[in-house]
Amino acid sequence: MTAPSARQWKVAGLALLLLFACALPFLVSSYRTFQLTSALSYAIALLGLNILTGWNGQISLGHGAFYAIGAYVAAILMDRWDVPYWATIPAAGLVCLGAGFLFGLPALRLEGLYLALATFALALATPQLLKSKHLEQWTGGVQGIVIMKPDPPFGLPLDQDQWLYFFALAVALAMFWLARNLLAGRIGRALVAIREHPTAAEAMGIDIAFYKSATFGVSAMFTGIAGALGAIVIQFVAPDSFTLFLSITLLVGIVVGGLASLSGAVWGALFIQFIPNVADQISKAAPWAIYGLFLIACMYLMPTGVAGLVRATAARLARSPRRP
Amino acid sequence: MEAFLHQVLSGLATGGIYAIVALALVMIYQATHLVNFAQGEMAMFSTYLAWTMIDAGLPYWGAFAGTVALSFALGIAIERIVIRPVGNAPVLAVVIVFIGLLVILNSVAGWIYTYTIKSFPSPFPGGSVLGGYLSRHELGVMGVTLGVLLLLFLFFRFTPLGLAMRAAAQNPVSSRLVGIRVGWMLALGWGLAAAIGAVAGMMVAPIVFLDPNMMAGILLYGFAGALLGGIDNPAGAVAGGLAVGVLENLSGAYLVGTELKLTVALVLIVGVLVVRPSGLFGRVLVNRV
Repeated sequence: MTAPSARQWKVAGLALLLLFACALPFLVSSYRTFQLTSALSYAIALLGLNILTGWNGQISLGHGAFYAIGAYVAAILMDRWDVPYWATIPAAGLVCLGAGFLFGLPALRLEGLYLALATFALALATPQLLKSKHLEQWTGGVQGIVIMKPDPPFGLPLDQDQWLYFFALAVALAMFWLARNLLAGRIGRALVAIREHPTAAEAMGIDIAFYKSATFGVSAMFTGIAGALGAIVIQFVAPDSFTLFLSITLLVGIVVGGLASLSGAVWGALFIQFIPNVADQISKAAPWAIYGLFLIACMYLMPTGVAGLVRATAARLARSPRRP
Repeated sequence: MEAFLHQVLSGLATGGIYAIVALALVMIYQATHLVNFAQGEMAMFSTYLAWTMIDAGLPYWGAFAGTVALSFALGIAIERIVIRPVGNAPVLAVVIVFIGLLVILNSVAGWIYTYTIKSFPSPFPGGSVLGGYLSRHELGVMGVTLGVLLLLFLFFRFTPLGLAMRAAAQNPVSSRLVGIRVGWMLALGWGLAAAIGAVAGMMVAPIVFLDPNMMAGILLYGFAGALLGGIDNPAGAVAGGLAVGVLENLSGAYLVGTELKLTVALVLIVGVLVVRPSGLFGRVLVNRV
């Protein structure tokens, strides 16, 4: 009998992790379940931002805007047209795919720093746009929109928080599966090639303009789906939840979790969900001071984030027994 | 017509503040080809320092000079400690460090001074002048803008240090060969930017009141001004800042109302970047592949 291969170990590990994730809501309080659900929605958003910034190298400081669009699409559909909550998720994804693609077109001409500037402006303008009088009849203006928490279907023996957790887990699994398949093959390699050396990538026959704007759209779609999920979980959307600081929070998430890493999105989501809770007890400003320190410290000391650290540790552990 | 003239003049006054912020951005861009996202928060922090000094009983202009000097030193310290280690890193890493700096300055100011709004004195108190078109403060701001621009022009044009800084920005390798300490020139650029930003903060604080988030919108308009005028050209940046101030006021009065000011800035920024990335007065850069 042969020893299990690295791939088999990986599959077994993921299965165990999934089992643990399914058991979690029965082990912790309903408030913690709510927090975990919201961390799942962050993880999807981080995945979206990471596809754009980590893999493709296009810097976005404005992904909070797409999160906001997703959240508002979900809230407006549920509030105005009584659309069932699960149907708002693909709707939000589609709207954000379009919005991201459209924003990606002018962004094509902008490189590095200038794209960062344009998206920074987008992030700052978002709350004001949402408060605008012209949109008030849909967005509810400054007051925002309150939505209802969904009940578990088919008479499942779960409470509302637990059901939402499993719903979010299913969406997250689907999105991670989608992202993995997208990035593992030629598309993923094309994205990395564009990031590393655009001229060489073009010479190899990669249609840079198409890939870049399509990546912007797909990235916005992920983030919009996360926004819709976040709105359903929190049951409330208002303009002031979608400030520049939301976009920065997402940036913190991918940097701390690990740029261009799938598992990094999960680490990053846990970080931005739970660290502020701990730090809030020190001072209102403390979570942000910690975010800032982590941003700079990660760039100096840990550019691959938590995911890179985990990978390096695992590699070291796997190597050590073979040493004489 | 009177109302229109009034809008244009007061637009020029706010534009003066955007122009100072744009100047500060140009200082760093010229030397390092980076746009400092933390510029607004640096200015905000300097303004809090000024507030502390005035609160402690210093006369206004004493506090003004002290703040400018202290900001200059802090700017140099930031370059040396935070920015230097990522000097050759990819743009993404540098932008992340800038955002980190922005967040830290914002939260530290909130921590020390709380998030409650404070009022800040104007050095030019009193009513309106020029037949009611402008307040004394607005006129003073315009004077300060032109003063800062004149001082910078004299510094870069007529002093050996200014020449060295220009040389270091234009051709670092050759400058190093003739004995210019290029690293220190970058640090000086940061110091100047911080000092100029402090002036902008102290000029705007009497209008928008002092709080940790006061500079966000102003920084955005500063970006728009710098881009419109050409981000590598100080005089162009001032012209761009003034133009953006007037545009903001006119669009606020006649087009979209005041509630969409930041969206106007967003449209301006994206528009300039897409249509004419080098700005009105900037040099067009050609990259060799």
